[in-house]
Amino acid sequence: MASLDDLKKRISSVKSTQKITKAMKMVAAAKLRRAQENAEKGRPYSEKMNNIILNLSNGISDKENAPKLLTGTGEEKTHLCVVMTSDRGLCGGFNTNIIKKAKQYFQKILKENKILKIITVGSKGYDQLKRQYKENIIEKISFKDSKNINYFDADKVGKIIIDRFKKNEFDVCAIFYNQFKNVITQIPQEQQIIPLKSNEEKETSSKDSYEFEPDEDEILSNLLPKNISTQIFKAMLENSASEQGSRMSAMDNATRNAGEMVDKLTIQYNRSRQAAITKELIEIISGAESL
Amino acid sequence: MSEEFKVEIVNPEKSFLSKENVTEVVVPAFEGEMGILKDHISIISFLKPGIIKVYSKSEENKYFVEDGIVEFKDNNLSILTSSIYNMSDLDRNKIDQIVKEAEKESTEDNIDDQKRYLIDQKIEALKNLNLN
Repeated sequence: MASLDDLKKRISSVKSTQKITKAMKMVAAAKLRRAQENAEKGRPYSEKMNNIILNLSNGISDKENAPKLLTGTGEEKTHLCVVMTSDRGLCGGFNTNIIKKAKQYFQKILKENKILKIITVGSKGYDQLKRQYKENIIEKISFKDSKNINYFDADKVGKIIIDRFKKNEFDVCAIFYNQFKNVITQIPQEQQIIPLKSNEEKETSSKDSYEFEPDEDEILSNLLPKNISTQIFKAMLENSASEQGSRMSAMDNATRNAGEMVDKLTIQYNRSRQAAITKELIEIISGAESL
Repeated sequence: MSEEFKVEIVNPEKSFLSKENVTEVVVPAFEGEMGILKDHISIISFLKPGIIKVYSKSEENKYFVEDGIVEFKDNNLSILTSSIYNMSDLDRNKIDQIVKEAEKESTEDNIDDQKRYLIDQKIEALKNLNLN
């Protein structure tokens, strides 16, 4: 059994860990509120953008000549996966969940003998993927230096993707991120951005005819790159809210566990202290009796 | 019958402006300025750098945009833009700064004609602002 001194040291060390996790939780909670607000404020933009594009692509008459960003290259040989993770750890299963989702997708692709290329956004994703998929990672991007998420950063990622698409480096592009649902639930998402998948909303979008100025093609070819940046920006916003939420609940758990541990250790400490006193008393009494 | 419709301006970070009671909006569309009144035909267009004017019965607001998309449908006008400034927040110093940045950008070699056109438009629009 550990000595009294050891126990004392452990209790104080657990207590100071608890202080740290508690502080981290507070910070995460404060940041979460901001991140959540940002994510919610950012939603209208990406939704509107999506709607306009849907309306446009429904209205487009000549599918053959439509921009490739919309329809794809006609092949599905090379897949580009953009895995978006955080730059910092200590946020529970946040990064692991994204990676898990991404890995499932990777395996599916590799099984079908397709070529896999990966871009990681955020350093944690790179750390976790480099062991298994080192030769697939073609680029790693990290925004450690920028304090807040801004559209400019998302645009940079978008441009990289589009540049590579124009060079015919891939046919299909999907992004992976965590969608923020609430503090304890974040859903890892897989979203295909090239070619654009028109989801179920198709029926709800009206069949009104629009007037276009300039013509559809020009609008589309201008809008699609923007849409990619927008989708990435949305993913970044959702991700940051999820990261803070995940960190908050992870740190909350850690704080609680540390509390439990302190309680347990304190009981153990008191017991052994009592046992030592009893032992000493017995020694004194039996010493006195023998006289 | 009321002559008013709804306008919404959003940028990636937030919903910049939402107003129910505007009577006319003038946007700097790609092929020239375009005034939008109630019951305009559904339209999608681009913006070039310029000023958006939002008129309601009681007031008139001006915003400077660098790019964007407008969609008008069912008396809802949505303007998506990545950079927008409220004219009342802009002063000469800030305008000069933006102009300088744009001029620097236009001297770079690796931009295509369309981009150069947009940048020139932007500089021109900003310089015109300076006059009033």
